[in-house]
Amino acid sequence: MSSARNRELFALVPVAILLTAGFAGVFAQESTRLDNLSLIYGAYFLAVCVATHIYLRIRLPNADPYLFPLVALLTAFGLVMIYRIDDSLAGDQANWFVIGLVLFALTIQFLREYEVLERYRYTIAVGGLLLLLAPRLPGIGQQVNGAYLGIKIGPLAFQPAEFAKIAIVIFLASYLREHREVLIVGARRVLGVTLPPLKHFGPMLVVWGASMFMLVFIRDLGSSLMFFAAFLALLYVATGRFSFVVIGMAMFTVGAWFFASTVPHVGDRVEIWLDPYVDPTGTGYQILQSIFAQADGGLFGKGFGQGLITIPGTDAALLPAAQTDTIYSLIVNELGLFGACGVILIYLLIAARGFKIALLARDGFSKLLATGLTAVFSIQAFVIIGGVTRVIPLTGVTLPFISYGGSSILANFVLLALLLLISDRARREALEPGGRAPAGGRA
Amino acid sequence: MNRQIVKLFGFIVVLFGILVGFTSYWAVFDAKALKEEEANKRPLLEQQQIRRGRILAADGTVIAKSVAKGKGDALRFVRRYPEGALYGHPIGYSFVRQGDSEFEQFHNDELVGEESEFSSILDELRGRTQEGNDIVTNIDPVAQQIALEDLEVEGFGAVVAIEPSTGAVKVMASNKSFDPNRVPYELSKLNRNVIETPLLNRATQGLYPPGSTFKVVTAAAGLESGAITPETTIDAPGTLEVEGQPLNNDFSEDFGPIALDTALTNSVNTWFGQLGQQLGNDRLFETMEKFGFNSTPPIDLPDDEVYESGVYGEDGPLSVRDPVDLARVAIGQERLLATPLQMAMVAAAVANGGRLMKPQIWKRVIDPDGRTIDSLDPSEYSRPISEQSAEELTTAMEGVVSEGTGTNAAISGVAVAGKTGTAETPGNKACGGGIDENQAWFIGFAPADDPQIAIAASVECTTAFGNDAAAPIFRDVAEAILNGE
Repeated sequence: MSSARNRELFALVPVAILLTAGFAGVFAQESTRLDNLSLIYGAYFLAVCVATHIYLRIRLPNADPYLFPLVALLTAFGLVMIYRIDDSLAGDQANWFVIGLVLFALTIQFLREYEVLERYRYTIAVGGLLLLLAPRLPGIGQQVNGAYLGIKIGPLAFQPAEFAKIAIVIFLASYLREHREVLIVGARRVLGVTLPPLKHFGPMLVVWGASMFMLVFIRDLGSSLMFFAAFLALLYVATGRFSFVVIGMAMFTVGAWFFASTVPHVGDRVEIWLDPYVDPTGTGYQILQSIFAQADGGLFGKGFGQGLITIPGTDAALLPAAQTDTIYSLIVNELGLFGACGVILIYLLIAARGFKIALLARDGFSKLLATGLTAVFSIQAFVIIGGVTRVIPLTGVTLPFISYGGSSILANFVLLALLLLISDRARREALEPGGRAPAGGRA
Repeated sequence: MNRQIVKLFGFIVVLFGILVGFTSYWAVFDAKALKEEEANKRPLLEQQQIRRGRILAADGTVIAKSVAKGKGDALRFVRRYPEGALYGHPIGYSFVRQGDSEFEQFHNDELVGEESEFSSILDELRGRTQEGNDIVTNIDPVAQQIALEDLEVEGFGAVVAIEPSTGAVKVMASNKSFDPNRVPYELSKLNRNVIETPLLNRATQGLYPPGSTFKVVTAAAGLESGAITPETTIDAPGTLEVEGQPLNNDFSEDFGPIALDTALTNSVNTWFGQLGQQLGNDRLFETMEKFGFNSTPPIDLPDDEVYESGVYGEDGPLSVRDPVDLARVAIGQERLLATPLQMAMVAAAVANGGRLMKPQIWKRVIDPDGRTIDSLDPSEYSRPISEQSAEELTTAMEGVVSEGTGTNAAISGVAVAGKTGTAETPGNKACGGGIDENQAWFIGFAPADDPQIAIAASVECTTAFGNDAAAPIFRDVAEAILNGE
């Protein structure tokens, strides 16, 4: 029964070792002497992880054993990177990690019957949209680099899009679970293209409209892209109609193109992406420096702690937003192509485990929810890594579990909690008499 | 729905694959080009944390060194040039914000001690920090200073001195020069100075009509192709009608039938004009190209700071197939343009028995422990003419200095071979657009029987002739080098 949890426990050991080694590396770099402080940090981290593990053992004994260690690995990696950039930021991040785990535990505690979410789907959808709008509200809204991404209440800054993504995925999973049959059956072929039935087209237009709205109102191409991609992924999984995806992509492209040419900030982002050399010291500075940092990394990187983040002797940024947007570029710079591939591989493994959960889940809502959460998580990683590698325009979303930022950590731990809840139920049902054994799993 | 979920995962795999692809492209495949990008200050910033090696003159005079500034994380090294403008060319500069140029740029890898990725990992494991290597150049500081002082007296111009047997560049002076120490403060001002163009290395980037100095190349082509021997006579009238325009000797003097040495000694235009026509495009261009025309000279300076010499059409140097006025090319006119470096290479090739050595400024690379890790291995660039043709040409060139148009180049007790040139450049904007402006030249080598040094001196914007403006510079620089040995 607890073999899954034992595997989880074993998987956590290398994570703690990595963290210890990482901190030791930073200390060795900074002070040329080894401090036992790195061991203490490693021990704290392991203790927190083991506590979480014990909690999972009690509450979700059947949940996927690899997701938590993989996430812990990313977090450990992120903590070490942030510590290397600025030790005071790492302290904050470690606090957010602990708070995130508390939120993680609370989610598991109170959402065991997560299908209640279906009942409140419209409330959740409206809540999600309100969250997205909050940064435009006077008094609490904040504009960062031309995009409205954050709100600030007192000393607390907060990026609502991180939570909105979960709300919207919950809504979409629930809505599509209910309407997928009619979307498939009611579809008609017009001029060789399979179109969804008009009656159910409305809600889809609403999602498209919301994405466009975000583009104009929040001016955030990255989040907009992330939401819409997650929507298309869910639509495809729910209906099996690839043509819907094509129509959706066409609609998004047309809309994005239209607004890119009318909304200044969005258009700028696209132009910088197409040709950053137009203004290498101004608007193109961040993406160019991001790429130059990568060019400097090569196969093996410059070595941990060896990369330049500021211009030596000054506070001027050589790699702007190294702790958030461009942290991936710093990883390539210091750990090289191999290190970066390692990071991408971890995200891929998380995606694989997430989709595995969706495959195992019995009911439509669980399937779609797991799919949507995994998709939005993977696409977020793609949007920011793709941004700093100039695959797509660079926008300010965080690299999940690695970038500095409380909202991101908290929201992603909620996301993880939901995935584990679905997983626990799916695997438990599969083990029950009459149920089939989970593929590849051992009873 | 499971089938779709698997496909969706496949799509995510593809997306992540694209990320790996782009990362590989930036980090590995395109890395070299990105590091050379103008906007990329990272390599320079990293390099300024390395003590860049010194650049030394042949006698050990320090031309460039790095001094430490700041401490700890803020520690960085800044370039200093103790000799100021004297070595502005060809050494150039290297600063974080302003970038680098000339010798500093070309030899960057040695100066910062760049190593392969593998050996730098080994060094890191051994706890060694990267240190730069020193480079000793061939430059003779005394001769370099005399060259620059003489040029300062005459105005704008350049001097290049090459050791014929090795290609070692002993002097490369260009006036106006600039003080590299001032570059961080006034680079844009230096760039805006389009009259004096202090950042232009006139020795390698100054394209000037070579005038009569080019007759050495024409004569070489004649001897080498067998079109003439030293005894062959050509009738040289005072005026020759070429392409509808008269081609005159000085004072339209009629020389009658004369051989090479008389023609060269007196720089007879009608004689060389006819020889050029007789040679035709093929034979003249073949010799020119072997002397280095129509290619970037193989010197250790960045390619974009070394210009090709040749007959310039609208899109750069013309090839052998293009129609040119051969009679006027043969006497260094038409649209022919040459750099002082190119003409020094011509003199050096004749001096070295027809073997042109690659001109090189560097001599030795010395690592931080004082070991010589690399030294210049002289290599041949081409053989434009045979040893016999070179000897015949040397004899004729000796006449120029002993009794002809280049007597001001004579050095007492030493036989000098050379050739003057005076190209009229009326309306040259750099000189203020006057109508009497000339480009005065002297190319030659000494001692004629055992050449130690080959020199090209070129003076811009002068009303004087080659013998008056350029030959004395040749003499002073050659004396300085010969006395120094």
